[in-house]
Amino acid sequence: MNKTWNNFIRGIIKENPVFVMLLGMCPTLGVTSTAFNGLGMGMATMFVLIMSNIVVSLIKPFIPDKVRIPAFIVVIASFVTIVEMLLEAYIPALYEQLGIFIPLIVVNCLILGRAEAFASKNNVLQSIIDGLGMGLGFTLALTALGVTREILGSGSIFSFNIFGENASMMILFILPPGAFLALAYLAALYNRFTIKN
Amino acid sequence: MKKLESTFINMLISLTLVALVASVSLAYMNELTIGPKEAARKLKKLNAIKSVLPDITNDPFTEKMSFAVEGEKDSLDFYPGKNEAGMAGVAISTYTNKGYSGLIRLMVGFNMEGNIHNIAVLEQKETPGLGTKITTESYVAQYLGKNPGTYKMTPTKDGGEVNAITGATITTRAFNDAVQRAYDSFEKEKNQFNTEAQ
Repeated sequence: MNKTWNNFIRGIIKENPVFVMLLGMCPTLGVTSTAFNGLGMGMATMFVLIMSNIVVSLIKPFIPDKVRIPAFIVVIASFVTIVEMLLEAYIPALYEQLGIFIPLIVVNCLILGRAEAFASKNNVLQSIIDGLGMGLGFTLALTALGVTREILGSGSIFSFNIFGENASMMILFILPPGAFLALAYLAALYNRFTIKN
Repeated sequence: MKKLESTFINMLISLTLVALVASVSLAYMNELTIGPKEAARKLKKLNAIKSVLPDITNDPFTEKMSFAVEGEKDSLDFYPGKNEAGMAGVAISTYTNKGYSGLIRLMVGFNMEGNIHNIAVLEQKETPGLGTKITTESYVAQYLGKNPGTYKMTPTKDGGEVNAITGATITTRAFNDAVQRAYDSFEKEKNQFNTEAQ
């Protein structure tokens, strides 16, 4: 199933949402101060992406073209609200860490972008595969950025201290400017090794 | 895929249906999660209370009392902790608005003599790596066992006895402000808790 495999792997490598398409920059920069937060946000976004791709793919024949954007956004916002409720109820630690960035998943252009560019034009199975691939690519990127920022800025990885309790680290990396710097260097490295010239 | 014509009636019906299904699903999910959400919030508070008091045998929530603070519109919540010997202490949920980034909430546990048993940070948005050090054990350790009636709750550079966090004096002062507020209220209301051993 060449088409299916391509749809899956594309979201992870060739069209990685963060390092190649530069979509969803707001949560990428905002929550990756620790590896755990990056991973958690990535998975929450992946869940919304897959679910909204499924629903959009199913209802597209019944939505008139002129109102497709509002319809898609209602679908996306509903799933984000569900994720927020589930997190607050069952994983309060992550809910508190991600805070206001959870509702901001609604405006992550990655999700509306895939709904418009793919899910509205393909069947449910392929839409799931696309959501999975893009979601995994997004999660891997956010986790990589979170690990980088946490190691450089706090000396730990997933809260596990590797440089000792009071080691003096580059605090800049857990602050906003460090997010931009880390993302820029990671994106440069990523493209250096994946673009075949 | 056959395109549905964008007539007014089609747009009206399709959007209404989407909104309807969304609302019903969300209402259902809300019903499902409202219990666990409440439980998670309560558990967090209970853990904070237990961490700042010595071992207690009662349920602090059932005996919670609120007291207004003079000159301020918010009141403080007092959670009495009891053991077999009577009153073990009171955990007070206090706050300050003087943090570098605004609101900081603390849970301070006093024993009945007014000595600080422990302090837990409930809520803060201070600068990572600087003000957030108030959540570390090593910072809070200097307050344990101290009595704000005799211990000067201001940073050493203001003539007090508290070792401020380097580069986060404002946060330190705010922390002290919250603890002081809890202590002042405790001193004012503590007679309400002097009950004989149960």
